Amino acid sequence: MKAGTNLEKVLESGRFAVTAEAGPPKGTSAAVMQRKAEALRHCCDAANVTDNQTAIVRMSSLAGCVIMKQGGVDPVMQIVCRDRNRIAIQSDVLGAVALGIGNILCLSGDHQMFGNHPTAKNVFDIDSIQLIQALKAMRDEQKFLCGDDISGEVPLFIGAVANPYADPFEFRVARLAKKVKAGAEFIQTQAVYDIDKFAKWMEMVVERGLDKQTHILAGVIPIKSAGMARYMRDYVSGVTVPDELVTRMEQAQDTKVEGAKVAVEIIEQVKEIPGIHGVHIMAVGWEDIVPEIVKQAGLLPRPVL
Amino acid sequence: MITITKQKPLEEILPSLGKGKKVYIIGCGTCATICHTGGKAEVLEMKEKLEAEGKKVTGWMVIPTACDELTREALAENAEAIEQADAILVMSCAFGVQTVTMYSDKAVYPALNTLFVGKEETPGHFIEVCMQCGNCVLATTVGICPLVRCAKSLLNGPCGGSVDGKCEVSPDTPCAWQLIYDRLKALGQLDKMEEIVPVRDWSTSTSGGPRRFVLTDETND
Ligand code: SF4
Ligand code: SF4
Repeated sequence: MKAGTNLEKVLESGRFAVTAEAGPPKGTSAAVMQRKAEALRHCCDAANVTDNQTAIVRMSSLAGCVIMKQGGVDPVMQIVCRDRNRIAIQSDVLGAVALGIGNILCLSGDHQMFGNHPTAKNVFDIDSIQLIQALKAMRDEQKFLCGDDISGEVPLFIGAVANPYADPFEFRVARLAKKVKAGAEFIQTQAVYDIDKFAKWMEMVVERGLDKQTHILAGVIPIKSAGMARYMRDYVSGVTVPDELVTRMEQAQDTKVEGAKVAVEIIEQVKEIPGIHGVHIMAVGWEDIVPEIVKQAGLLPRPVL
Repeated sequence: MITITKQKPLEEILPSLGKGKKVYIIGCGTCATICHTGGKAEVLEMKEKLEAEGKKVTGWMVIPTACDELTREALAENAEAIEQADAILVMSCAFGVQTVTMYSDKAVYPALNTLFVGKEETPGHFIEVCMQCGNCVLATTVGICPLVRCAKSLLNGPCGGSVDGKCEVSPDTPCAWQLIYDRLKALGQLDKMEEIVPVRDWSTSTSGGPRRFVLTDETND
């Protein structure tokens, strides 16, 4: 065990893991996070707390993680490279460990032009792969990036993301390999809608033996409405939503019921793909639906380890 | 390589000149002329605009290259008209503005925004290709700069927002890493993309105060 978090235990035991996502509020309410923890506690093994996702200012991931933990959910702290340099990031990692957070997910971060402070200066001092490397060295060698010693242990379970739908397609497996080599122990993918393309990517992943070196969780974003389906298809960078899905949502009587059904179908399909060790359900702003989806997918109860 | 400039709006220039009524205008015959921001035509246009706003233009000149040492002599030659002015408005890049500041005791104001050091891709289309980072990585990126051309200055390949060769920030911006990938592929060097590039030393690009460099006999050893 690297950090002994619930997520690590579930994955290392060979069980099919379920993670969810909890977006912190654009405000100061701890109650909002507590409610999300309540909704997610029994239906997932860990929950990611996003780090100013899409560059919109929200409560910090670190604070959100602490509240999730108090609410009985194993938190995954997301760190993006957009807003903090190596000094701030390493300092946050120390604080996170001190507060009992063990899972960290490394991302580049959406460009600030998409958010609510498009005139901000970005940082990108280090990139996501270098961040993984840094966390690994903090844990395994107890050293900062500069080589100085860290006092105390830094037990971390290190995660990263992968987007099989981004280009160049052939490089996406190589990029995953780089992340694994850097030290990523679990991977959460971009939302899967186009199963064939995802399966093709996974085939290449398995061919390289990467599924044996890291745990890959397929991303699932439940779609709430036809409008959301269209928006995701047309405007969200790096997501591929097939036209048939948009049509299906447009024709649905009750789009929420249909959206949950689609999510369940996706989970059932990705579960059958060799090398997939779990699913990551990103229902940001619609966390209440997660228990229902997990239940319908036959993934309840969650293991207690 | 030229310094790409854009004229500041008159609404910004006028208040920056303050209460001073009399202005001397300096243009630049090199980059600002190519960019149509501070050549003779633009200087004369500015003169008219300022006069329409009630300013008196005591004189003007277009220095061949405003950032050059010869600016000192040009200022000396025109000392009389400059002396009458309350302010000098410089229609060159910030290098020229600061050169004038160095050689004149007058209040000096910029009329242009200095955008970047770049090149002209097609007539009238300028692109930044280097930000003078002080620690060039072009050797591993086959001559395409990821620091400038990737919106996140990534060093380990394309982020998840790269789609159809475009950067996530704009459908008009090619993804730098797609460009690098294609070129490496054509050269049969894709294995370079598999190597992890370690954290970068940014101190060469963002040290404290102005970056300086002194030529010595050993400089190029
Ligand atoms: S890496 Fe880019 S910014 Fe740095 S010197 Fe080379 S081209 Fe210029
Ligand atoms: S899409 Fe390409 S150019 Fe744009 S930020 Fe990502 S890697 Fe950089």
